[in-house]
Amino acid sequence: MNNPVLRLENIQKSFGALVASDNISLDLRAGEIHALIGPNGAGKSTLIQQIAGSLAPDHGRISLLGQDISKAGLSQRARLGLARTFQISELALEDSVLQNVLLGVIGASGRVFRFFRNALKDQDNITQANTALSRVGLLEVAQKPVSTLSHGQRRQLEIAIALTLKPKVLLLDEPMAGLGGSGSKALMPLLETLKSEAPILLVEHDMDAVFALADRISVLVYGKLIATGSVAEIRANREVRTAYLGDEA
Amino acid sequence: MKRETMINAALLLAMIAVPLWAYYAGKPFTITLATKVAILALAGVGLNIALGIGGLVSFGHAAFFGLGGYTMGILASHAQSYSPLFNWPFLFEGSQNMLMIWGVTILVSALAGLIIGLLALRTSGVYFIMLSLAFGQMLYYFAISWPAYGGEDGLSIYVRNGFPGLNTLDPIQFFAICFALLLLALFFTHRLMNSPFGLALNAARQSPLRAATVGVGVFRLRLVALIISAIITGLAGALYADLNRFISPTMLSWQTSGEIMVFVILGGVGRLMGPLAGAALFIILEQVLGPISEYWHIYLGAMLLLVVLFARGGIIGSLAKRDAAHE
Repeated sequence: MNNPVLRLENIQKSFGALVASDNISLDLRAGEIHALIGPNGAGKSTLIQQIAGSLAPDHGRISLLGQDISKAGLSQRARLGLARTFQISELALEDSVLQNVLLGVIGASGRVFRFFRNALKDQDNITQANTALSRVGLLEVAQKPVSTLSHGQRRQLEIAIALTLKPKVLLLDEPMAGLGGSGSKALMPLLETLKSEAPILLVEHDMDAVFALADRISVLVYGKLIATGSVAEIRANREVRTAYLGDEA
Repeated sequence: MKRETMINAALLLAMIAVPLWAYYAGKPFTITLATKVAILALAGVGLNIALGIGGLVSFGHAAFFGLGGYTMGILASHAQSYSPLFNWPFLFEGSQNMLMIWGVTILVSALAGLIIGLLALRTSGVYFIMLSLAFGQMLYYFAISWPAYGGEDGLSIYVRNGFPGLNTLDPIQFFAICFALLLLALFFTHRLMNSPFGLALNAARQSPLRAATVGVGVFRLRLVALIISAIITGLAGALYADLNRFISPTMLSWQTSGEIMVFVILGGVGRLMGPLAGAALFIILEQVLGPISEYWHIYLGAMLLLVVLFARGGIIGSLAKRDAAHE
């Protein structure tokens, strides 16, 4: 059981002269929230994209539950249980909240090529979608178009969609961005319960949330992983303090 | 009932009432016009699946429309001259049976959709538009320079192809065939829109990244959508050739692609009955304004401009506006 759920080995990615991921090795263990922090432009989002499969690394290996997924495409990785939310919401804005979640249910089931069945009347799928929606507290707005949702609700919807994939791993890219203090606090208990179902790789700028939630923290600076450790270790790390946390920590 | 549903029902009723009236009033030309509307609408229904639901702005649907036409023309001309298309590896003779012609048209259009899709769907946006246009133009110039089936002059088929149990030379019976196919395509599109496939295609238009992130293979999804779209537009081409008993490279030209797109945009992109409303308006304008000026397209252009600028949902969208407020 001590095998990591997700493992990155020697991930290397450059854009011209800019090294966005410099030989990064990282693992995500069952039941943990592993926070990935670092200043803007450190390469956090680039790393998430490489894990999710929307960007191919130049070198390195990514494995999920011991299976090498380096060659798998974005949609294939999603079907394997690699679920992700976006820093800037990626949703079908004209569709209803329910339709967006149903898309996840359908995509995860791999039964996309059905032309006659009414997707909006399939009780099995709707039950799954509603379960995901109620977990993030969006059941009441299920019939509303996504375009009418607030910023915070859209972030919750992203998590609901990720849940429909029956995730083995959750990649959450700044789920609290723009939520404000109370919004972040509301999301924290959900993440606490989710981590026992699927470990979470959490990219987040809100340091209070990171220190409260994370079991381990990795610090990325200019594409290099400069430290990985428990909250206490990271707080005490001199290199991290000068590079990122500053005096406030 | 939703307003759009009522408008749709009214449109279909008009499509039945007008030819029936013309039949009893003894105006076969009006029946022919209604047939033309049904066929052009069918071509639009095909494009609407790619363009309206899938967001694939194909500026080359004339390729499928023309391929349908040429399939009919080639099969029928071989049947007329009693010469087989080929003897090897099996004997393949021409046919003047619509069912046979439609079957071959479906295969040919699907294959064309597959090949064009495999190449063009690797791009998106303006590059996809240009590639689809390029494929259409390739076929157009091929048809012009291929003398076997009339080349630039086109090819006449002297007798309209037959349909078991019907007299296709009777305008009202031929209309019934075309209208039935249109209804079938509309029913299929309606089911498709609410199906898992439609939901995914619709989401992939709005955000391909979102669709892929939940495990939907967007490329395959769009490829299948383009093939379905090609088949429907191809069938319309075969019917159009039968209506005129004539095929020519014009069916493959970019102007034809543009006209099919105009039906969809005028009627309402992504609306089930948009292509029917658009095609009907197009033919009405042609009949009303055509005799007044041969430059009647300028009025069509102005109308298109107004729709694009002020009424994105086209005719259907503008008429059904209140639905959005209700929901």
